[in-house]
Amino acid sequence: MSAPQPLPTLEITALEKRFGDTQVLRSIDLKVANGELVFVIGPSGSGKSTMLRCCNRLEEPTSGAIHVNGKPMLGITRRDLDRMRLQVGMVFQGFFLYPHLSVLKNVTLAQRKALKRPAAEADARALEMLDKVGLKHKASAMPGELSGGQQQRVAIARALALDPKVMLFDEPTSALDPELVGSVLKVMRDLREGGMTMIVVSHEMQFAREAADRVVFMDGGVIVEQGTPSEIFGNPRSERLRAFLSRVSGEAA
Amino acid sequence: MDFGNVFLNPDIIATYMPQMIRAVWVTIWISVLVVISGLALGAFLAGLRAYQKRWLAWPIVLFADLMRALPPLVLMLILFFGLPSLGVILSDWFVLYLVLTLVLAAFVEEIFWATLTSLPRGQWEAGAATGLSFNQVLVNVIFPQAVRTNIPQLVNRSLTISKMTAYGSVIGVKEIVSVAGSAQAFSGSATPLTMAAIAYLIIFFPAMLLSRYVENRFQYDH
Ligand SMILES: Nc1ncnc2c1ncn2[C@@H]1O[C@H](COP(=O)(O)OP(=O)(O)OP(=O)(O)O)[C@@H](O)[C@H]1O
Ligand SMILES: [Mg+2]
Repeated sequence: MSAPQPLPTLEITALEKRFGDTQVLRSIDLKVANGELVFVIGPSGSGKSTMLRCCNRLEEPTSGAIHVNGKPMLGITRRDLDRMRLQVGMVFQGFFLYPHLSVLKNVTLAQRKALKRPAAEADARALEMLDKVGLKHKASAMPGELSGGQQQRVAIARALALDPKVMLFDEPTSALDPELVGSVLKVMRDLREGGMTMIVVSHEMQFAREAADRVVFMDGGVIVEQGTPSEIFGNPRSERLRAFLSRVSGEAA
Repeated sequence: MDFGNVFLNPDIIATYMPQMIRAVWVTIWISVLVVISGLALGAFLAGLRAYQKRWLAWPIVLFADLMRALPPLVLMLILFFGLPSLGVILSDWFVLYLVLTLVLAAFVEEIFWATLTSLPRGQWEAGAATGLSFNQVLVNVIFPQAVRTNIPQLVNRSLTISKMTAYGSVIGVKEIVSVAGSAQAFSGSATPLTMAAIAYLIIFFPAMLLSRYVENRFQYDH
């Protein structure tokens, strides 16, 4: 008898997404194990963001299934969806902190309103998370007073404070000045070491080499190839991946 | 007759002061009621419209367009002189209150709606992604930002609508213009009209200062 398969933390099954006539995702299957960091690469328009956004249903899948810890994200009531979304943290390229709320309140809002945590507990948790991203001293600052890198770390703390099972990062450093990228990547590295399950869409190939368990290459709405970083970067099998990698490294050089 | 005696006759001032003070209170409390309920109703309607349900949206749009297109005075005359022939009798101050509230609500709805649709979609998505319900995002994330960006417009609309309480004179509400008008007719002196102007200044000058303070207070950096 074989041991039972451990439940994937995130499971995408036969995911399809169409915008009108354009098919953006076709038959995407992806399992992310507990504590795994999956890094997603692919050309612009290949559907990376759409796939991430389907995972918490910011984008409505056309068909297929998404499960978080075995529980369905689709075919549930809006109420249950709000509850499920607590388990899926998301970090956007544009941060989207709430500009009218202090850093601390940014991190406590959903804790209080969605998780119904008492104020004192939410504050304590927020400070703990802000400490984790190195910004405890900015708790009472307004988002507009922070650099882009600091804002993105607050956004990460805001998601983490809800104790998600998996974190989705959609190009978290693409809007940052180069000198600020490192601080955000460091936080992500710490998270990974802490055992967080993560899907990261990014162009930071060096980070992928160091931190990813698996790299997924998407093109034209399908997963073309996946493997360990050394397989994907060192020994690409498909022509499309080779072309993509040479294009990217050409840009970087 | 010298200027002072025409526009600031002490005897006339003394005679009409008590009535004028009552009229000032009428103007103030109707204005305050109108501003509170107009802002609340306008915000509520914009919130409803945000649900993007067509059967909710088109009556709201129709309402907002009608109320902004029609002169408030016409509405008041219809409600006050027209409705009684249908057996519906509304008191003068209520007609004034109702019409001004609806007109303010229409403008406020449009102001909020414009901001609701122009805030970055990421603000809605960041809220939703953290498990907040649509209502929670609307109340905690979207509206506070809409209020802040629109404080100057909201304040201006509120001051403008408050001055429209003067229309109450046409349907017999004992507000400032109405009282000053009849006092002028009765006494044959222009002094009550001067008193009216001064009364408006006393009410609206502090309101103007307050609005400047509020505008500065709610600025925030991006
Ligand atoms: N709301 C939408 N309506 C119509 N088409 C859309 C919509 N959102 C995305 N698309 C299309 O879907 C395709 C995939 O977009 P997506 O943003 O997922 O790509 P991506 O891999 O994240 O690209 P990038 O690297 O530029 O971020 C693109 O062709 C895009 O034009
Ligand atoms: Mg994208």
